[in-house]
Amino acid sequence: MTLREEDGNVSVLPRQFPTNRGGLCQKGWTSAELLTHPDRLTTPLVRDPASGELRPASWDAALDRIATGLRDIQQRHGRDAVAVFGGGGLTNEKAYALGKFARVTLGTRHIDYNGRFCMSSAAAAGMRAFGVDRGLPFPLSDLGQADTLLLVGANPAETMPPLVRWLTEQRQRGGKLIVVDPRATATARQADLHLQPLPGTDLAVANALLHIALTEGYVDGEYVTTRTTGFTDVRRTVAGWWPARAEALSGVPVADLEATARALGTAERAIILTARGAEQHAKGVDTVTAFVNLALALGLPGRPGSGYGCLTGQGNGQGGREHGQKADQLPGYRKIDDPVARAHVAQVWGVPADELPGPGVPAYQLLDSLGTADGPRALLVFGSNPVVSAPRAARIESRLRDLELLVVADFLLSETAALADVVLPTAQWAEEDGTMTNLEGRVLRRRALRPPPAGVRTDLTILTNLSTLLKGRAPSYRLVHRKGPLLTPDADGPEADPQAVFAELRRASAGGIADYAGISWERIDAADGVFWPCPRDDGPDSPRLFADGFATPDGRARFHPVEHRPAAEQVCAQYPLHFTTGRVLAQYQSGTQTRRVAALRQAAPDAFVELHPDLADRLGVADGEPVRVLSRRGEFQAPARLSPAIRPDTVFAPFHWGGAARANSVTNDAVDPVSGMPEFKICAVRVERAECSGVDR
Amino acid sequence: MQRGGPVTGRVVVVGNGMAGARLAAELSGRGEDLKVTVLGAEPHRAYNRIMLSTLLAGKISEPDVELAEAIGRGVDLRTGVAVRAIDRAAREVRTDDGDRIRYDHLVLATGARAVVPTLPGLDPARLPERVVAFRTLADCRRILALAGGARRALVLGGGLLGLEAARGLATRGLDVAVVHRVPYLMERQLDAVAGEMLAGTLAGLGVTTHLAVAPVAVAADATGVRLTLSDGRSLAADLLVLACGVRPDTALAEAAGLTVRRGVLVDDRLHTNDPRISAIGDCAQHGAAPTGLVAPAWAQARVVAQLLTGEDSLARYRPRPVVTRLKAAGIDLAAMGDPAGGPGEELTFADPARGTYARLRIHDERLAAAILLGDNPSVGTVIQLFDRGHPVPADRRSLLLGRAVGGAVATPAASPALMPEAATVCQCNTVSKGALVNCWRSGARTFDEVVAGTRAGTGCGGCRDAVAGIVDWLSRADPVEVGR
Repeated sequence: MTLREEDGNVSVLPRQFPTNRGGLCQKGWTSAELLTHPDRLTTPLVRDPASGELRPASWDAALDRIATGLRDIQQRHGRDAVAVFGGGGLTNEKAYALGKFARVTLGTRHIDYNGRFCMSSAAAAGMRAFGVDRGLPFPLSDLGQADTLLLVGANPAETMPPLVRWLTEQRQRGGKLIVVDPRATATARQADLHLQPLPGTDLAVANALLHIALTEGYVDGEYVTTRTTGFTDVRRTVAGWWPARAEALSGVPVADLEATARALGTAERAIILTARGAEQHAKGVDTVTAFVNLALALGLPGRPGSGYGCLTGQGNGQGGREHGQKADQLPGYRKIDDPVARAHVAQVWGVPADELPGPGVPAYQLLDSLGTADGPRALLVFGSNPVVSAPRAARIESRLRDLELLVVADFLLSETAALADVVLPTAQWAEEDGTMTNLEGRVLRRRALRPPPAGVRTDLTILTNLSTLLKGRAPSYRLVHRKGPLLTPDADGPEADPQAVFAELRRASAGGIADYAGISWERIDAADGVFWPCPRDDGPDSPRLFADGFATPDGRARFHPVEHRPAAEQVCAQYPLHFTTGRVLAQYQSGTQTRRVAALRQAAPDAFVELHPDLADRLGVADGEPVRVLSRRGEFQAPARLSPAIRPDTVFAPFHWGGAARANSVTNDAVDPVSGMPEFKICAVRVERAECSGVDR
Repeated sequence: MQRGGPVTGRVVVVGNGMAGARLAAELSGRGEDLKVTVLGAEPHRAYNRIMLSTLLAGKISEPDVELAEAIGRGVDLRTGVAVRAIDRAAREVRTDDGDRIRYDHLVLATGARAVVPTLPGLDPARLPERVVAFRTLADCRRILALAGGARRALVLGGGLLGLEAARGLATRGLDVAVVHRVPYLMERQLDAVAGEMLAGTLAGLGVTTHLAVAPVAVAADATGVRLTLSDGRSLAADLLVLACGVRPDTALAEAAGLTVRRGVLVDDRLHTNDPRISAIGDCAQHGAAPTGLVAPAWAQARVVAQLLTGEDSLARYRPRPVVTRLKAAGIDLAAMGDPAGGPGEELTFADPARGTYARLRIHDERLAAAILLGDNPSVGTVIQLFDRGHPVPADRRSLLLGRAVGGAVATPAASPALMPEAATVCQCNTVSKGALVNCWRSGARTFDEVVAGTRAGTGCGGCRDAVAGIVDWLSRADPVEVGR
């Protein structure tokens, strides 16, 4: 989108771009409101020891409190006693600088980010199958050309409305849209075929689809033989998933499974996409793998107009996971335990490789260890609100309270910031330059419109300030040459210059899986973004992957046999209902931003609990009445919203709200053994009418 | 045993069919102390019996029916080894190649054998060349070998297995006739109406049925087979497939002195009367009768694995209601419970022209029985409600007609004039009809101006036709009426 400033007021204009084709939802249109929102933080806040309240403070005082605290804690408990928590909304430059700050300045192995709650299962499944994790290995516009498009656990009509333009085009061209979702969502209602499985049974559905593909002769034997390995074990595993077995487990009729397999198997161009519905499970990696297996068996990845992809959740969900925010990762999607990768990055960073810490732990494990005997004593949070977005959130909230020092950089007082010892006011998207990498692996420019308001600093400046205080010098981001003026003014020197950070990111990523070496801001500006990998200034970028081979040592994709397993928590007499979470159109993530925009608040003012009318009838609950949702881990309360769009054995709530309406108070913190993804999408609950006396907890 | 505690040492599983192979997979890699030996009489690796009719249909080849095996992770699999006897005192089994294998726990998963009816011309020990039972992969190979040069096939038995065999052979292009003693097909699962309708469906797929007739004699030679019926007719074919049910293979258990009724009798832990010996799958009888189905066999394998590994010493087998499913191209049948067998409200729907039939019995707000034949979009829901005993929907029609009834699909108002002012036209940007009208009244006169003024249609774009319709209506409507 494009911004216009008149008399200090910023307005948003849609921009004709290849991904959204000028489409914007209400969140985009209203995004500029937060730039001047009265709740906006414009001064650091430091918790006053006497009163226990957050009080305005000078930057010097706030930074000094942080530096002193960090130094003290690391002296007493070692370097790993300080942890960093990032976010998938940060620019590539910030994500990169945050990783470097943790590994070099703090010397801690403990850094992870909220993308672990978002993309990690698809990322792990993509890596092990293709040797590379790029959300879509093809441009988004391919969706419009697909003869068959299978969306698994994706609801773009609410979560990514401009993408629906491609679905509309796809159907207008006569393509078939099939949606797998336990709820009849706005997306599912547009589909030619809607499979409505019981939550937690997508893997069985995928295995049954491959079973049918085998029995009906849709498997591309030539492709399987020449471009993949490991099919035999998968074939034997899915032999045990005859359609009637999956039907009894998932509730999806065999005829619908057959129709889906036929539509995928007979299409010239077929695309399979997964999203959080399939991925946010303790078996998320295996579930995605089951759909990847299906795509590989049908010969889709690398075939023009066909393939497997996943829909990214956050603004920089792709770039945010490539440059070192992840516990086990170095820039360029390198593994931190790979000696070659360490040597390369250490050389770019100008430090000895053996000084780089080893891998840390995934987000939930990290958050759950905070303030415990062996866990970090201090945490720095950038661009995240885990008090609302983490599973089993009451427990995480209590862990955060146990910290000796919690620092949150944010531009609003989020629920997490409200617990902090120091809150640092940061710049917003329209106030800083940088790059983002979208779901297509297309690196895009974010251009600053104007400087941040007085008293506000960018995340990069904050990291530079802290490095100076802790190490006596700032990190040495060197910009070789610059074209044009620096749009983000910076009183603290060029160290916090995002273009200089990007220049170093390019060198650090060179030779890695996500190779940005040939990508410059100028090149991004000249084209409509640049697709990684792009190793050379004078070489092509990569809009489409896998045409000639996969990013594995032998160039072949890998099948992995995967078995369905039950959800980590089963329904029982005490907690007889399945609970699942998700988003609504007018809110975003933990709601910190969107709940403060008047138009969005008006469109989606409150949390709610979606119940089937039959279930509501049995519970004696009328539409709009408050209900309590209880699990073994906690409870929350919100008005009932009756809808036949949900299965009667399942309850849904959006997770955008905190406090008493926090859906994540009940979610399960069981995690995927490979990706560390928590099981947000299914747990066992009981729903009760909220007694009037119990409303105010 | 071993009262509840985990087993250490060697577990011997007799049988590498659906039940035995599943148990081996469940036990694999579960602890150093557990060694598992699986003895399979059939020479090949474990396969999925359910897929044999698809193999018969020629849609897949033999490797496609292979199941994943758990070899190497503490599991020693020996195929082509039949067990001759169990010595309970010595705690060992004796194989036909003279081996003695000691066990700390023994699991019988010997399965079942095809029943060969007592008929002149049929010697169970030595079936004629063109007569084959339909049970094993070896049977399947024989049928396929015969079907190669065949034009006509007879199937004796109109139960689930017989119809699957018939359908498979018909898919290969053979003329198939099914002979069934009872007046309608699958009488154990269906009622007469459904049975007749199923016969009609099969006729359309190239399978004729001869009902209420018994076979009286078989005459077969190297060139063909002739089946004489109780009504005096005689049917000629190139091959005869026997699908007359199965009998649990209990010979070993009986010889070892274990309690056997129709199958090897087991308790909730799947123990026989010898606590060191369990039985699972088609050879076992828990309750009134063996089920002959895969789902119970796998549930039993799970319980045995939980008990043997100590994963859950309280694990018990609880039989779940049985759902019979026949699904092949052109046939979609699900049957559960006995629709006529008890009290309750009854729902029926019949569309004989399209071969669709539904009959459900609801008792105490739960589904007690159902027959669904043909195109019933509710079939998945019905099976789950029956299987889990969940309450049925208040709107019973959804059980017959699928989720479309009572769905959330809003029908657009016939004319924008009839649309309420508060109705949301653009979901992405929360723009109501009233907001569009107000924008018009403020001076916007074209689609683009209304879109620019309200942002309607700028998200997913799905409402652009509706917005255009409203703009068109506004441009034609009486301004006074619009303003009111």
